[in-house]
Amino acid sequence: MLDTNALVHDFLNKLKRRQIEGSKATAKLTAELLRSVISQQRLPNTNQAGALIDAIKAIGEQLVAANPVELAVGNIVRRVLHIIREEDLSLTTSAIGGLSLSAISDDENDVEQDNYPVLSAAAVAAAARNALRAPSLQTLLEGVPHSAAVLHSNSSADDSEEKTKSTDKNSRSRKLKHNVIETVNDLIQDIATCHEEIAEQAVEHIHHNEVILTLGSSRTVIEFLCAAKEKKRSFRVFVAEGAPRYEGHILANELISRGLQTTVITDSAVFAMISRVNMVIVGAHAVMANGGVIAPVGLSMVALAAQRHAVPFVVLAGIHKLCPLYPHKPEVLLNELKSPSDLLDFGEFSDCMDSATGIGFPLHVVNPAFDYVPPQLVTLFITDTGGHNPSYMYRLIADYYSADDLVLQRKPTS
Amino acid sequence: MVAKKGVKAGAAEDGVDDLPRVPLQAILLADSFTTKFRPITLECPKVLLPLVNTPMIDYTLAWLESADVEEVFVFCCSHSKQIINYLDKSKWVNQPNFSVTTIESHNCISAGDALRLIYERNVIQGDFILVSGDTVSNMMLTQALQEHKERRQRDNNAVMTMVIKQSKPSQVTRQTRLGTDELIMAIDPATKQLLFYEDKADDRKGSLTLDKSFLAQNPSLSLHNDKQDCYIDICSPEVLSLFTDNFDYQHLRRHFVKGLLVDDIMGYKIFTHEIHSSYAARIDNFRSYDSISKDIIQRWTYPLVPDVQFSINNATKLERHGIYRASNITQSRSSQVGPFTYIGKDTFIGHNTRISNSVVGDGCKIGSNVAIDGCYIWNNVTIQDGCKLRHAILCDGVVMKSGAVLEPGVVLSYKVVVGQEFVVPGYSKVSLLPQPVKQDSDEELEYADSNSGIIETTNTLENGDSTNDCVVSEIGKNGRGFIWSMSEVDHEEEWRHSVAPIPESKLIELTQAVYDDLEALIQDDSFLPLSDVRESDTESDDDNRDESQYFEKEVEATFLRGVNENVKDDHIILEVNSLRLSYNMALENCASALFYSMMKLALDISRNSGKDLVKSTNDVISQWGKLLKPYLNGIDDEIEVILKFEEMCLESGKEFAILFVQILHVLYDKDIIQEEAILNWASEKEDADESDKIFVKQSEKFIQWLNEASEEED
Repeated sequence: MLDTNALVHDFLNKLKRRQIEGSKATAKLTAELLRSVISQQRLPNTNQAGALIDAIKAIGEQLVAANPVELAVGNIVRRVLHIIREEDLSLTTSAIGGLSLSAISDDENDVEQDNYPVLSAAAVAAAARNALRAPSLQTLLEGVPHSAAVLHSNSSADDSEEKTKSTDKNSRSRKLKHNVIETVNDLIQDIATCHEEIAEQAVEHIHHNEVILTLGSSRTVIEFLCAAKEKKRSFRVFVAEGAPRYEGHILANELISRGLQTTVITDSAVFAMISRVNMVIVGAHAVMANGGVIAPVGLSMVALAAQRHAVPFVVLAGIHKLCPLYPHKPEVLLNELKSPSDLLDFGEFSDCMDSATGIGFPLHVVNPAFDYVPPQLVTLFITDTGGHNPSYMYRLIADYYSADDLVLQRKPTS
Repeated sequence: MVAKKGVKAGAAEDGVDDLPRVPLQAILLADSFTTKFRPITLECPKVLLPLVNTPMIDYTLAWLESADVEEVFVFCCSHSKQIINYLDKSKWVNQPNFSVTTIESHNCISAGDALRLIYERNVIQGDFILVSGDTVSNMMLTQALQEHKERRQRDNNAVMTMVIKQSKPSQVTRQTRLGTDELIMAIDPATKQLLFYEDKADDRKGSLTLDKSFLAQNPSLSLHNDKQDCYIDICSPEVLSLFTDNFDYQHLRRHFVKGLLVDDIMGYKIFTHEIHSSYAARIDNFRSYDSISKDIIQRWTYPLVPDVQFSINNATKLERHGIYRASNITQSRSSQVGPFTYIGKDTFIGHNTRISNSVVGDGCKIGSNVAIDGCYIWNNVTIQDGCKLRHAILCDGVVMKSGAVLEPGVVLSYKVVVGQEFVVPGYSKVSLLPQPVKQDSDEELEYADSNSGIIETTNTLENGDSTNDCVVSEIGKNGRGFIWSMSEVDHEEEWRHSVAPIPESKLIELTQAVYDDLEALIQDDSFLPLSDVRESDTESDDDNRDESQYFEKEVEATFLRGVNENVKDDHIILEVNSLRLSYNMALENCASALFYSMMKLALDISRNSGKDLVKSTNDVISQWGKLLKPYLNGIDDEIEVILKFEEMCLESGKEFAILFVQILHVLYDKDIIQEEAILNWASEKEDADESDKIFVKQSEKFIQWLNEASEEED
């Protein structure tokens, strides 16, 4: 218990000090932290899922407050909460389903006692994944019976145990925890492999002799372009350098080392070049529920240019970047203003920053980290589950998050 | 805490043999040992003063933590109880990888004393970072530390690395930004070694005097007036012992750095590390308090900005135009909050109030029709209707009754009450505590027992209300507080360090002064200087010549004494060596001086005929020639001897002139000069003037013979 507290504290500090950069790293660390919290959490006999949810919510609230700009933290917290709810649901339903079958397989108890939990957990996880992976209106409307049915068919042999186990509160709590941890592991796995999943789809989108434009640097974009290159597609890439951090230079370096035909342009030359471009492919910081994108600064301009010339604007985003919130005043609330030292050398301009001379106002320098690209400018999202329209985002969100978790702040209990 | 420390020290001792991993340590001086922030610092230590609503020490600690420092020793002296209490309550203690230990002292009056005390405690095990508790920075130390360590491995005398930052090379800017004087440094561009440091340069005259040995010793050196000292030092443990050895070192820069630079016996070196994109500055006075607050609001110190929770500060939100708002603010719709303003939580702002470029702390009550511009208002301040404030600092609990006015540069210390409609004149400092009657010397002691301070406060309050009418009148009707009087000189200089912008007249004066200096310099250059330069040139030449003549005389005297008193060869060599050190001469100078005295001796013995002279020279050389041996280490030294001999033949010992070849032969026979040296000398002389060639021509045959001999050998 002490241990997790220290872990949480450490992670909180890192978030506060902005020491973790990149939504993928943040998402992974958050998921791992929550996994260890779950495994250490002691559960009461009744309403275990509720207790677990409360515990996660309490930590999640702190984590989100520590760095409200990094939306991936909140996303993962909500995903984990959703997982707990799903697992709880499937356990209850499977217990009910097991009751009907209990009479038949009572005698098999002893034989399968040992390998039972693993099997069952895997089955449940698979069921949960199936429920997630095949989003259909039917699952949404009849979510409970469906998942129960999947579970039932997959693990009918083990159902008898589940019934006996469900009577034993202690082992059931372990089971819930175990299942949840299994699924969180899958989630961590998903986050880790999201680049590959997205990159696999590259050939479908990039064709021979196309010209691709991108801005700044994104790991997902690199993997995506390289995957297309490996599949023997030949195409050209324009890289806008992405001032003021000039990450485009790093991207260009990487691309050229993989043998891609690369051209670096300044951000301000994007409009001039866009008419020659077949497709804009960029990464994102977060994807909002309305299909809007929080993206590295400069992308809004690129999106507008792309729309003017009817060039497809494709956003690559791992599913952990999908945020169930709506961007109210995103340009103020969800932005991060970094140090102006990226733009100007403090020493050279120190006299302009000087208020003591009393000559007018001192020089102001603004260095925002993100842009907001509204959904109507985005042509397509490519996530690890495939390509989606911006207008479809709310449906994906319904699959990955519970509506109950959208607000993480607990109501102040008097 | 004590037990913990013991364990740590023990652990380090155990691991001494197998290269222990020393935790990165830092010493944070939570006392500035100055009085720039009086009267506020009479009641509260400087490091706890809020800078954009967060105590200064939190900025320093947050930076140290993010720079991977593991152990911090906070040295507190004045108001130490307050600092210790604050740290105990703060989140800094009980961190897993970051330990904060306080070291308390009551009788330290300078940074030097503090470091001596820390040395006695024996807590520093390796390289450490020395900062004061009023440093705001976001630099990463990794690279600087790495450089420091590498230098240490090469050169054990590199004891300190100073962090510097580029700034505008204008004296005016330095004055207007940080309120400090011009700083001039000389840095070796190749090694980054600091060679010269002068922060109180003779700036009124715009001139700077450098010892000429600098130019002699260093092949290249760049003089900077565009560097800002960040007061962040990476030190080796030797620094502490140096402070202990030199018990008169007080000030870190004025004594320690300069002392080290001047002292060449120990050969300790200081190096610099320049930072470019990161921010680092130290709050030295009210002016820099103002500048650095503005830099923080402008986010130069990111991530140490108000909307990032780097300490226990309140969560604030950054809105458009750089307005930071904490939670639960009550603000009238008709009020205007201008750009780059910070508003703390639970603050109330009344109708038609205008606030711009200011910091307002927590729980303040600001009435209607108030105008606030460029002010620093700390917590729980009450400002009633119709007040006007410009460029002032208001400490916790200050009350301004309706209609009061603060002119630029006012500082109101804790719980001061300004009476109705009272106008506080510019640059005045108001405190509940009376001004200390006796001004301490320049190294002042801010230490005062905090408890007694509070009691004193209440006493004065009561006094002020009931008996002391003068207090009432001093700060308006129903006001409480003393306006500290300033001497005339202080008053003149006050604008330099105040939070208020520099008045235009002063600014013009300042700029004018710089230009005047320049003009004066240019004038100097055009009229006097030519002669000036030449004069100094010849002077230095003369100096050198005088030196070497004295040296030669001394050597000659020593030699003659050796000859007359039959002193052992070794002793003569020893004496000559010591002469060489005291006159700072090179080896070849000794050789030529000794040779010169031998020749003189030979000359003295026989002045009559040429043959005698050759003979006596032969005798002297064979008897004393071995004295020359230690000084003749190479061809160059031997050539030097020949040249000396040549010179002698031309000047003092004309008798030798005709015998040059013969004596050269003698020298060659006695193995004092090798043939290579003679050949080199001859070839060097080949391009010289005819007049210089006399002796080469004389010895032509000898040289030819030498050439043939060497060919035969080959």
